[in-house]
Amino acid sequence: MTLSGPAVCIGKDIDTDLVIAGRYLRTKDTSVWAEHVFEDLDPTLAPRLKGAIIVAGNNMGCGSSREQAPVAIREAGAIAVIAPSFARIFFRNAINVGLPVIECDGVTCKDGSTVTISLEEGWVEADGMRHPIRPLSDRMQEILAAGGLVPYWRNR
Amino acid sequence: MSTLSERILGGPAGSYVDREVDRAFAHDGTGVLAMEAYRQMGNPKPARPETVSIIYDHISPANTSHTATLQKELREFSAAAGFTLTDVGGGICHQLMSEGRVLPGEVVVGADSHSCTTGAFGAFSTGVGATDMAAIWAEGSTWFRVPETIHIELTSRLPAWCEAKDIVLSVTGKIGMDGGTYRALEYTGDGASTLSMAGRLTLCNMAVECGAKTGLFYADKTTQKYLAQYGHTIKQQEVEDATYCRELSVDLSDMEPILSVPHRVDTVAPVTDYAGTLLDQVFVGTCTNGRYEDLERFARIVRGKQVACRTIVVPASRAIMQKAAETGILADIIAAGCMVGPPGCGPCLGMHMGVLGEGETALSTANRNFKNRMGVGAEYYLGSVATAAASALKGVITSPEGAL
Repeated sequence: MTLSGPAVCIGKDIDTDLVIAGRYLRTKDTSVWAEHVFEDLDPTLAPRLKGAIIVAGNNMGCGSSREQAPVAIREAGAIAVIAPSFARIFFRNAINVGLPVIECDGVTCKDGSTVTISLEEGWVEADGMRHPIRPLSDRMQEILAAGGLVPYWRNR
Repeated sequence: MSTLSERILGGPAGSYVDREVDRAFAHDGTGVLAMEAYRQMGNPKPARPETVSIIYDHISPANTSHTATLQKELREFSAAAGFTLTDVGGGICHQLMSEGRVLPGEVVVGADSHSCTTGAFGAFSTGVGATDMAAIWAEGSTWFRVPETIHIELTSRLPAWCEAKDIVLSVTGKIGMDGGTYRALEYTGDGASTLSMAGRLTLCNMAVECGAKTGLFYADKTTQKYLAQYGHTIKQQEVEDATYCRELSVDLSDMEPILSVPHRVDTVAPVTDYAGTLLDQVFVGTCTNGRYEDLERFARIVRGKQVACRTIVVPASRAIMQKAAETGILADIIAAGCMVGPPGCGPCLGMHMGVLGEGETALSTANRNFKNRMGVGAEYYLGSVATAAASALKGVITSPEGAL
């Protein structure tokens, strides 16, 4: 699978409260999360996520275990998140809800410039440079390929 | 020769293992999402429903009709699945799990990031998201990557005015918000054995604040005595030589009261650096510091005096609240002018019962001071129970040194 889209740059240590604030959690309506995603970080971000690839700094998704965070990003239309490191629950949740999360060092982020990801060949291309991806475990790759843990489980 | 995590999970650091889950739990927030995922999975028969707890704590009792309806749905789902449900007023999931539901050597998974709390019993206890929880309900097992371990040796003994919270804030400052990512923290040393179960639970609770998968203490005499209250007879765990990815040593006798300042948990400083900062609210409670020992310590400082700012105290469980009522410390806290809330998470995650207003400043005994979490446009410091008590009496940030 090759993914390509404009970069949306965010900082490091972005906690899940900043991804989707607690005040929007009490619903099953995923469009609410998509509408308010990253609201407390930058209210102009949500409309820019359609088809975009988020490039974050270290420790992306730290804090709460709320699965609404990766769901909000996916529902807002972002196609992948790249970071040098992720908080482990966010990482696992993202795979489980079918949002590709890519561990990759050294990506220079320029808002709006094209980023390309090859999951098969294991690289990210941004700003004319190719960077290797840290590979997912076999099982995580299978879950992601199935579109998340629920379809993975149903297919077995 | 292995770390406690390696021993419990049954593999060397870095390997992937499948493990049966001994105890699984979710709360009213993550439980609803897990229920949705479970239905999408086709509502399979739960593998071992007797090991599953659902505990209502995040919005407890419900604040709106919408929340109440979601809670009703989860209640009905849980009953049909054969899970054990603790309804509103029972307390915080991590506290209830620590009241005799987790034993040394077990694998415990909760759908909440602070599920690392019960690693204090020498269990491998960690947090997952809702869909992982649904799969655990269906299968009774899950996969883990066995973590590398940061070894934290605690030596000597804390001064009277310091507590476990000061240790964990100091450690979080040293390791940083992502220094523990994918790793476990193991606490040992003669200083570790001086800590009560309540103190150990506080330390392990905040392991996730530096990204760690869990925090662990080895089960010892203190663990045995504590679990005996709940009718459990357990064996002590011995420390073996093991390979650690990092070693830290903390001399507890050097400790001073510490604050985490807005808006990063790892930005820590001595309380004295911020002394005199005006406070609109003090909050004592949560899965970090809402235990009986915490309320008792708070009461000792405020007894016979009056708080000088809005002060909200929320016991972490019904058992704690009941004991505090029986011993009279709850009356002392109320008489000092504090408001006492029902057992649960309280305002910690900014949902209800003490959310802060724009421009307000608070001191909280909770575990996170992320921007806007406890109130949009507010600032909040994290500190110990003694710091909270001393500060509540003055209405400004105050070091507890001399108050005890």
